[in-house]
Amino acid sequence: MSFGLFSSSFKHCLLSRPDVNPSNLKLDNGSRVAVIGGGPAGSFFSYFLLDMAQRVNIDVQVDIYEPRDFSHTAPQGCNMCGGIISESLVQLLAVEGINLPATVVQRGIDSYMLHMSVGSVRIGTPLHEKRIAAVHRGAGPRDIKEVKWKSLDGYLQWLASDKGAHLVCDRVDHFDWKDGRPQIKTRGGLVQEYDLLAVAVGVNSGLLKIFRDSVSGYEPPRVTKTYICEYHLGQETIEKYMGSSMHVFLLSIPRLEFAAIIPKGDYVTVCLLGDDIDGPLIKSFLESPEVRRCFPPDLPLDPPSCHCLPHINVTGATQPFADRIVFIGDSGVTRLYKDGIGAAYRTAKAAASTAIFQGISAENFRQYYWPACKRIAIDNRIGKIIFAYTGVMQKLRHDLRGILRMVSKEQMKDGCNPRMSMALWDLFTGSAPYREILLRMLNPVFVGRFIWNVVVGSLPIKRGRRP
Amino acid sequence: MGAGDLGRVYKDGEVIVRQGEAGDCMYVIQAGKAEVLQEQNGRNMRLAVLEEKDFFGEMALFEREVRSATVRALAEVRILTVDKRAFLRRIQEDPTLAFRVVEQLCHRVRRLNEELAQTKTGT
Ligand SMILES: Cc1cc2nc3c(=O)[nH]c(=O)nc-3n(C[C@H](O)[C@H](O)[C@H](O)COP(=O)(O)OP(=O)(O)OC[C@H]3O[C@@H](n4cnc5c(N)ncnc54)[C@H](O)[C@@H]3O)c2cc1C
Repeated sequence: MSFGLFSSSFKHCLLSRPDVNPSNLKLDNGSRVAVIGGGPAGSFFSYFLLDMAQRVNIDVQVDIYEPRDFSHTAPQGCNMCGGIISESLVQLLAVEGINLPATVVQRGIDSYMLHMSVGSVRIGTPLHEKRIAAVHRGAGPRDIKEVKWKSLDGYLQWLASDKGAHLVCDRVDHFDWKDGRPQIKTRGGLVQEYDLLAVAVGVNSGLLKIFRDSVSGYEPPRVTKTYICEYHLGQETIEKYMGSSMHVFLLSIPRLEFAAIIPKGDYVTVCLLGDDIDGPLIKSFLESPEVRRCFPPDLPLDPPSCHCLPHINVTGATQPFADRIVFIGDSGVTRLYKDGIGAAYRTAKAAASTAIFQGISAENFRQYYWPACKRIAIDNRIGKIIFAYTGVMQKLRHDLRGILRMVSKEQMKDGCNPRMSMALWDLFTGSAPYREILLRMLNPVFVGRFIWNVVVGSLPIKRGRRP
Repeated sequence: MGAGDLGRVYKDGEVIVRQGEAGDCMYVIQAGKAEVLQEQNGRNMRLAVLEEKDFFGEMALFEREVRSATVRALAEVRILTVDKRAFLRRIQEDPTLAFRVVEQLCHRVRRLNEELAQTKTGT
């Protein structure tokens, strides 16, 4: 058998088989579903597929293939990310009956500090409520001494298992078709056929290349490299220096698009996004005065407790589905730079409801799953425009002063419409679609107030009075 | 409130939503209990006690009516607010999100039916 050598002519073979009419492709009692990858997308998919199957009385078997053990510390147990669960996802999960427990959430975030070359300002949520969660994806960084919090991915995997999913601790190495059904082979030598395959391997897996060559129309997402590192500060120091605020940076450092410091339990996570992140870029960020001020002066920032250079999507996949296969989470389409876990929830759920209520043919996924992906992809185009604008703005001190002034005034006045604060909040936390943020930014009142603040902020005034 | 606790803490007796007021959000209990009270002829009648994962205030999201009851903290309770706009937008994209809301409303109707039957039969 030749695994991974599937040609695009398969679809023709499939359609020409009399028993494989795509409109008959449905999940039924006894159907077998494989989920490759037990990160957020894989666990959410399994959880919701089983939940919906139970609602319509279909007995399906779900096997999740995941080689990582999320109770492990260091990169072996970690899916490498900033670890922010967005405000919108925290709310949606609560509605779904999933309250993120304090054994997983290391810190509830209720505000963020925006640092720019012209100054810093704190932006709080209007509700004064902690609705953003800071977590670790694994059990913790390399040098952790005592594991006090559980991994987010481990918790989501537990939810899926609790619903009835079966966990196979193995890596899928190969994929092929057998009698019109997907067949997978694991590193451990297990060979299994399934009725449906959900591919949730993220974008750091070599398996996507095999699918690109095997699934007609599927082209994996394009990616760029990012940088994440962790510093051990201890709870008291974090409380003193960061509190429950996420710190975001709009600094004029070449090739740096966005940077954030996220306080957790005993550690803080530093995340850098940009073009070709490398040593010199990381160094100039960590040495900038705006960043140094966030840490105790005597803390050496090199070496960190743990670091990694994972990929992040810059585009979505092309045609993330075929008969009996659907690509979800990062392997399919995700939000640009923000709320990737939220996008994993959305695509996983859209794929699960399509599979249960509509069917598992390419046509079913095109009609019912693809619109959910397209909504995210279209919104990302708007996101690119906003990020391009913020990139330019980082170099314009007058504009930065205008932002600083406008936000400071808004934060001082209770009751006024905090237009700039909310736009920035939603942009940095990923709490609203980019389209909505752009529309708010184009509102004439917003534009008028911003121009006014740029002009007033640029007037020479007495030292120390400028916010 | 612990560093990893989400939402907001209401102290014993604190009113979370008040009958007759306009509302544009619903609430999900993260930890603790809250009581639902209805004011009739100047007297508060307890309708239900809500626990972790229960939600309330959802009626104001679907109807354009004021809050139908008061919800008050029973001892300390931690609650997460769900914004109306984000919730309705998401339901439009993913109608299955309403499953749990409908489920809870069904439970309530079932309970009310039972209580009504008991009242009618005088048991
Ligand atoms: C620097 C950075 C910061 C980020 N910060 C945030 C943030 O703060 N908040 C947020 O919401 N999102 C963030 N993201 C995005 C987020 O990490 C992803 O969107 C999210 O993890 C996607 O989930 P997933 O399940 O699709 O993929 P992943 O989380 O990558 O999970 C894929 C899983 O598949 C498994 N796997 C891979 N290959 C195989 C195989 N061959 N066989 C079996 N299993 C396999 C892996 O072990 C892994 O567990 C960030 C990303 C980056 C790069």
